[in-house]
Amino acid sequence: MERKLTLPAGKNELKSLKAGDFVTISGQIFVARDAAHKRLMELISAGKDLPIDIKGETIYYMGPTPARPGRVTGSAGPTTASRMDFAAPTLLDMGLSVMIGKGKRSKEVHEAIVKNGAVYLAAIGGAGAVISKAIEKSEVVCYEDLGAEAIRRLTVKDFPAIVVIDSTGRDLYEEVSPS
Amino acid sequence: MKRAIDTGEIREAVKNLLMDVNYRLSPDVANAITSAEKAEKSELGKKVLGTLTENLRVADEEQIPICQDTGMAVIFLDIGQDVQLMGEYLEDAVNSGVREAYTEGYLRKSVVSDPIERKNSGDNTPAIIHTRIVKGNEVTITVAPKGFGSENMSRIFMLKPAQGIEGVKEAVLETVKAAGPNACPPFVVGVGIGGDFEESALMAKRALTREIGSHSEVAWAADLEKELLEEINSLGIGPAGLGGSVTALAVHIIPYATHIAGLPVAVNMCCHVDRHGKVTL
Repeated sequence: MERKLTLPAGKNELKSLKAGDFVTISGQIFVARDAAHKRLMELISAGKDLPIDIKGETIYYMGPTPARPGRVTGSAGPTTASRMDFAAPTLLDMGLSVMIGKGKRSKEVHEAIVKNGAVYLAAIGGAGAVISKAIEKSEVVCYEDLGAEAIRRLTVKDFPAIVVIDSTGRDLYEEVSPS
Repeated sequence: MKRAIDTGEIREAVKNLLMDVNYRLSPDVANAITSAEKAEKSELGKKVLGTLTENLRVADEEQIPICQDTGMAVIFLDIGQDVQLMGEYLEDAVNSGVREAYTEGYLRKSVVSDPIERKNSGDNTPAIIHTRIVKGNEVTITVAPKGFGSENMSRIFMLKPAQGIEGVKEAVLETVKAAGPNACPPFVVGVGIGGDFEESALMAKRALTREIGSHSEVAWAADLEKELLEEINSLGIGPAGLGGSVTALAVHIIPYATHIAGLPVAVNMCCHVDRHGKVTL
């Protein structure tokens, strides 16, 4: 099914998403990848507050190319999500609602998705130029020293994605090619 | 006849090739993606492949990288033994070309200087440089900037000779299955068979720079390329791993002599953004 999705979204809206749905996303999402997740987890381990409020929010696993002058962003496709599996269950338990990336997730992430009524969406890997056209605004929120790995806040319009793991735990990747 | 070549020319060529292949795929790969869209049976798969074709158009038009992972710069240098290199030290010249391409070309700096300390080098250097001395008085430069979504899913197998061609098939299929959606299908699969541990990996990487549509000159390897492509495409992984009939665009095999006790098989996975460019000076 093809449908529009506005993020951040409420739990009921997320529950209505089914594995295999094609969605076009508008709204606001965070961007973070390996190095930023490492820092977030270090803060959590030390009992400190995070620099961003992730409750009800979305994290897109991505590290863009630099924007040319006058452009909003460079190429901006998804990176492999499993490298963030070490952090995702903790962040989901803290209220993270949507993850966007590509590739399979661990058993622990599956369980945390179901437990928290979250969803995992795939953006199309290797389509970074087209995806950049859906990004209307991009600002670095923190960890600017990490360059491409800084945490960003994006405003997106009609960003294409596919629901891979829905809130019931159905997994499109597993259905098409069981591991 | 002996010939002098200034390494400044090599620096310039490396720079231009790296920028070019990051904005525009070579026609063989671009055409393979277009043909895949026609061949794909799944609706969602067709849609993904259509998006990839559109992505290539946007990248070329706007000079924006096809993929945000603009890769670690892998550079093959075939240097004729009658060439006298002049000027700056060769590897410094290559790294200068990489630095200039990644900074002036708005490409992502994806290299950390140390694998454990992991501080970004800031200019995508150093490159991975493979130099070979060949006959003649020319220098051929091949660039293949490699993304790590697919690199991470690559494997090496030290098979027993008795496992033979069946063992090779199993190794390749097992690697492709495990790569699944992580390595951004449809893939180009580079396979090095024989040699030793490191040579098989190098052959697998080199195989990714071969033109799609070409086949190995070794008869059994050419047959195996066709057979494996068919088997991979019957796995059902499909474009972006969302299901479908096109999981790979090509399988490229390079075989080489090996030891009586061994059968090394390296499988270097590459996503559909199989960037490669070549120039001869």
